[in-house]
Amino acid sequence: MSHFLDRLTFFRRPSEPFADGHGITTSEDRRWEDGYRKRWQHDKIVRSTHGANCTGSCSWKIYVKGGIVTWETQQTDYPRTRPELPNHEPRGCSRGASYSWYLYSGNRVKYPLVRSRLLRLWREARVMRTPVAAWASIVEDAAKRETYTSRRGLGGFVRAQWDEVTEIIAAANAYTIRKHGPDRIIGFSPIPAMSMVSYAAGSRYLSLIGGVCMSFYDWYCDLPPSSPQTWGEQTDVPESADWYNSGFLILWGSNVPQTRTPDAHFYTEARYRGAKSVVISPDYSEASKFADLWISVKQGTDAALAMAMGHVILREFYLDRQAKYFEDYVRQYTDMPMLVKLAEQNGRLVPDRQLRASDFADNLGETNNPEWKTVAFDETSESIVVPRGSVGFRWGEKGKWNLEEKDSEGRDTDLRLSFAMSHDEFANVGFPYFGNREHDHFQGTDHPDVLMRKVPVKRVKLKDGEALVATVFDLMAANYGLERGFGDPNVAKSYDEIAPYTPAWAEKITGVPRDQIITVAREFALNAEKTKGRSMIIIGAAMNHWYHCDMNYRGVINMLVMCGCVGQSGGGWSHYVGQEKLRPQSGWLPLAFGLDWGRPPRQQNSTSFFYAHTDQWRYETVGIEEILSPTAPAGSWDGALIDYNVRAERMGWLPSAPQLRQNSLDLAKKAEAAGLEAKDYVAKGLKSGELQMACEDPDHPDNWPRNMFVWRSNILGSSGKGHEYFLKHLLGTTHGVQGKDLGETGRQKPKEVAWRDKGPEGKLDLLVTLDFRMSTTCVYSDIVLPTATWYEKNDLNTSDMHPFIHPLTAAVDPSWEARSDWEIYKAIAKKFSKVAPEVLGVEKDVVLTPIQHDSVNEIAQAIDVKDWKKGEVEPIPGKTMPAVAVIERDYPNIYKRFTSLGPLMDKLGNAVKGMAWNTQHEVELLKRLNGVVTEAGASQGLAKIDTDIDATEVILSLAPETNGEVAVKAWAALSQTTGLDHRHLAIPKEDEKIRFRDVVAQPRKIISAPTWSGLESEKVCYNAGYTNVHELIPWRTLSGRQQLYQDHLWMRAFGEALCVYRPPVDLKTVKPVIDSKPNGEKQIVLNFITPHQKWGIHSTYTDNLLMLTLSRGGPIVWISENDAAQAGIADNDWIEAYNANGALTARAVVSQRVKDGMCLMYHAQEKIVNVPGSEITGQRGGIHNSVTRTVVKPTHMIGGYAQLAYGFNYYGTIGTNRDEFVIIRKMSKVDWLDTPNPDQPANLDAVAKLEAAE
Amino acid sequence: MRDAINYVLFGWYPYLCLTVFLVGSWLRFDREQYTWRSGSSQLLRRRQLSWGSNLFHIGILVIFMGHFVGLLTPIWVFDMLGVSHTFKQWMAIVVGGVAGVMCFAGMTLLVHRRLFDSRIRATSSFGDIAILLMLYAQLMLGLSTIFVSLDHLDGHEMVKFMTWAQGILMLQPGVSSQVANAHIIFKLHLLLGMTLFLVFPFTRLVHIWSAPVWYLGRRGYQIVRTRKGSHAASSAAAMHYTVRAKRPS
Repeated sequence: MSHFLDRLTFFRRPSEPFADGHGITTSEDRRWEDGYRKRWQHDKIVRSTHGANCTGSCSWKIYVKGGIVTWETQQTDYPRTRPELPNHEPRGCSRGASYSWYLYSGNRVKYPLVRSRLLRLWREARVMRTPVAAWASIVEDAAKRETYTSRRGLGGFVRAQWDEVTEIIAAANAYTIRKHGPDRIIGFSPIPAMSMVSYAAGSRYLSLIGGVCMSFYDWYCDLPPSSPQTWGEQTDVPESADWYNSGFLILWGSNVPQTRTPDAHFYTEARYRGAKSVVISPDYSEASKFADLWISVKQGTDAALAMAMGHVILREFYLDRQAKYFEDYVRQYTDMPMLVKLAEQNGRLVPDRQLRASDFADNLGETNNPEWKTVAFDETSESIVVPRGSVGFRWGEKGKWNLEEKDSEGRDTDLRLSFAMSHDEFANVGFPYFGNREHDHFQGTDHPDVLMRKVPVKRVKLKDGEALVATVFDLMAANYGLERGFGDPNVAKSYDEIAPYTPAWAEKITGVPRDQIITVAREFALNAEKTKGRSMIIIGAAMNHWYHCDMNYRGVINMLVMCGCVGQSGGGWSHYVGQEKLRPQSGWLPLAFGLDWGRPPRQQNSTSFFYAHTDQWRYETVGIEEILSPTAPAGSWDGALIDYNVRAERMGWLPSAPQLRQNSLDLAKKAEAAGLEAKDYVAKGLKSGELQMACEDPDHPDNWPRNMFVWRSNILGSSGKGHEYFLKHLLGTTHGVQGKDLGETGRQKPKEVAWRDKGPEGKLDLLVTLDFRMSTTCVYSDIVLPTATWYEKNDLNTSDMHPFIHPLTAAVDPSWEARSDWEIYKAIAKKFSKVAPEVLGVEKDVVLTPIQHDSVNEIAQAIDVKDWKKGEVEPIPGKTMPAVAVIERDYPNIYKRFTSLGPLMDKLGNAVKGMAWNTQHEVELLKRLNGVVTEAGASQGLAKIDTDIDATEVILSLAPETNGEVAVKAWAALSQTTGLDHRHLAIPKEDEKIRFRDVVAQPRKIISAPTWSGLESEKVCYNAGYTNVHELIPWRTLSGRQQLYQDHLWMRAFGEALCVYRPPVDLKTVKPVIDSKPNGEKQIVLNFITPHQKWGIHSTYTDNLLMLTLSRGGPIVWISENDAAQAGIADNDWIEAYNANGALTARAVVSQRVKDGMCLMYHAQEKIVNVPGSEITGQRGGIHNSVTRTVVKPTHMIGGYAQLAYGFNYYGTIGTNRDEFVIIRKMSKVDWLDTPNPDQPANLDAVAKLEAAE
Repeated sequence: MRDAINYVLFGWYPYLCLTVFLVGSWLRFDREQYTWRSGSSQLLRRRQLSWGSNLFHIGILVIFMGHFVGLLTPIWVFDMLGVSHTFKQWMAIVVGGVAGVMCFAGMTLLVHRRLFDSRIRATSSFGDIAILLMLYAQLMLGLSTIFVSLDHLDGHEMVKFMTWAQGILMLQPGVSSQVANAHIIFKLHLLLGMTLFLVFPFTRLVHIWSAPVWYLGRRGYQIVRTRKGSHAASSAAAMHYTVRAKRPS
């Protein structure tokens, strides 16, 4: 009754002593305990997850109390795994557990915000004008436009109404489409797998209006181009549970416990089970503690290490002794037995392209695509045969595209790997060597540019005469420098000889003792031989962020392939970097890219786009001669890097957006007027010069991107390589670029691209960002829209790390004025439909797309490279230049189209990765599930996609992974091409249909589908390449096998036909600035490494107070004790890192963990927390990308060539950044730049006046 | 008029203060259990606290005991024990003075810390600062009375205060006349003292009620707070545990 009165119990003392009076019993009130009980009581628990930047995909319980999200804990109700395999749960990490902080934090974006200067202009213009005219009056007046573009990032936001900001956006979009073309509206959002409906909301809107969706996987540099090169697959990896099946785990530049925390338990469990583990990492990472052996390799030299290990494996398992399992594996599953022509070059022979059926007089009996069928020597028939499975069998015929050991005619074959025992002669063949190139910070050897090796060859009679041919295996063995008893004076006789690529040679380059190299290679291979491939290599982003990352990766892939690990349980290549497998991909694609209304969508590879449009090309320091191979075939290998990109776009290899200088809406009309089909009109116009590709003049105002949407992304605060160039050229605001461009320094300018002496500043008219937190990107935007957090919306989420499909569900409604991404884009679509008729009606849009991988066009450009611009060939759309399509855009009905499932699903069906099937049944299902639009108009009678849950049902119904019926259809479609029946993989699950509410109830495993190369079953864990090996489905490459020899002309020209060691490139950003602005402190030059961090990303960001508290409260850079002592830096000192690209400020963490010569800055540390001004730039600090610049690589631009053909996020240039060096020094003055912003009072006045006027 | 004011301030005001003190403490104890705490800031900063707090607490406890015994012990007890008023006055000056100086040193540290340590200042409520400054002022007033007392070492003024204090507790508001002619410093000291009682329930001073004195006489090392009895019956959760605890018969 009363705490006080209840104590007044003087006459009733129930104190009963016990234990000889050592204990007493009292009846004191215990209600105070309820306080602690209530602390953990809650009203409800809702299942959600973390939806934008984490590959973990962990299911979480979100607790709600009194309408407020209070905390989250890990879900523990995952379906059990099979006996003897550890369960998946618990999944989660400290970052995820601290996410709920954001919902009610000071950093939450609560209301729509708009730059006040822009709002003032808009309101003034809107008084007398219609929306589009109002927008025109602002952006067509250079002075008005500059008033707000030049102040980006400097504060000045005011709160606005949804209605008003959506009108500004809609007007800007409509104006841009009418004036410049829809391809000037771009949108950037990454990693759809983490919240697919949110991604789809923006991409659907953009695709319907003809805007451009930008790629992310390549731009983030998480895409390993070596994967499409080798396997024709973007990236496919084992789930983390499969680590448990492994007997030997190498972690190569991957920090599993830190960056794959929820999966790390499988690593521990594998160790308990007895797996051996080696961790290869320059720094003493968290993962290193798990290792039996930690190998501290010099950063950036991983390829040398892998080559030496490959040298040992070939020596001991192929030459000294033949491991049968290995030989059988490579004979059937790799191109090692395929024949390669040798070509004469300057008096020596060099490997040329792989031989094709078409090289022989009778095409070896092949009538369909003979130039796309590789050949090999069959031991049974002692003749050259055309093995099944090459890409030529994939298109134009059925039933022979498989990996059975048969030739085209169905005869059994036994392909010969080596001509060592049956050679006609030995040829002296030259292989390029790059390890002798000078670099200030990397050790090389002085071997010649071209290494001559003796190779056993056969003489073969071809259509145009006799030629020498060798097997890929023999070329590889020669390239690895192996002594084979051919009397070759140049190859190493022992491991201890310093010659490419022996362990002793690698010791010199990598700093790793040769004994370690030999032991690891030997044990890795031995385990694989004994267990049939259960050796695995887990790779993190580290190795992939180098300019010559392909060599790092292909070195590792070679090891795995030689040991027969790829496609075997517990084995293979595990690249866990950001691809975040979108499991129900084929159901999601139509929703996301509006394929139900128009095909194809506009998609652009971001690296090339930003390289051009943030004008990073204007500062290029890497010349072609620095990367060209000494064995490059004759040809004009001239120009600058951007020239290669322009050539690639021209030849239809890479996409271009903006596409043409001319407005794509006008082209269809002009074509009609000229009486031509659009594609012929475009081809003719390009040839005559009447039409120009936009990429040839990225700085011309006609070719600028004008409107940009950013959602689910912090591009300016994290992934924007060359951050300062973004600020300078794309945004046109204050920046920290220190270097001079090609014009100012008088260097060689590009040939294909127009040069303007003054680079444009401020290409974007409007930058709109959707976010729930005030990120660095928001700070630089013109309009910021408050979006729902991951606990306030309904969505789907999948990962490559496990086979489950997870929901995000709204635990509470979006707080303040926030809305879900789906509702925001719906609102924009609605407003756009209202505003657009001012200038737009139903229009015809001419869309250019590159030659797509997994389409029949992927075999467009056989044998040679021919450029129509140089007159080498006619421009033929889809063949020698981009494909051209005409799409009808119904601008006044964008909203209706957005909210309904369009008619093309019914008419054209669905397709993915070259398989197509009918979807009428699923469309009918969706009509019943989501309801039908009854309102008269463009969408009447179609299935509704009104809410985010409707959208999830579209994905789940259309995807084979979540609809068993579709899975059977998809396997059936593939069976036709392979001639083998794969339907048994899905028939047991034909009746299974996973719906949104099902995954809300409990995580569900996906159904095995041919979209992916692994199976999810009661017998095996998901493992990449499993169906290739066990179902004999070819890899989607030239030979249909794992392609170890890259025979494209550009590959050979740039020295990457076979894997070689290539030292990092010299970006020359240190010397021009090192003594430019002394502050009296000592300086040190260090390699700049940006790994994933411990206190941010992967579920939360670095501005999270809880994470900041655990770390140091702001940006940090790790340096070694020795380097710090040399530069006079003590732990926690304020330091500055700078080079020609810009500067950043941070605190120093001095640690024994770090290797001398490098520094670590965890990537994506925000610019908005605890960042002082830079002494170099005078601007606020900068982010990690303030000191980087994108450098593109020509081999990543190749297209139209089987696996080397474009796909969105599949192939293309990547944003490498680890070859960069920075100068680090202590700051002498820490300036917080905290004087009042002169912009602010003026703004407030202006807004007050505006409001008074209303 | 003067008499009337004196009557209100020293006759009625004490009852207001005592009532708020007692009823307020009870209400807060019953209704705001989670606010019943000393509000220590030791976790935020140790500096100045060990010396400041210990000096302050030792000093103030001695002073409190001195006031309590000195004011409330009936005069006849002193007389019976043969303690002269002069001796008692001297005792008050010497013991009170020493304890007062200790307390002053401690409080000076605490006041400095509370006002000028930015971390402590930022986490202080108005009440935290106000009560500290009030105590500080009261202490200085108390120390100032020493100089007044030196003028009448025979202790007759002291006897007046004893009479007044005991009279008030005996429900005789009329004893206010006893202090009508006291020195202004004494009056201020009395008034501020009473006001401290008035604000007591609204501040962290409530922790005084919960001074951990019961540990001293406690029997047993292990205490079982039973759920049996009347409280258990009122709590569903407790019932549940009680039932579970029983063995099946």
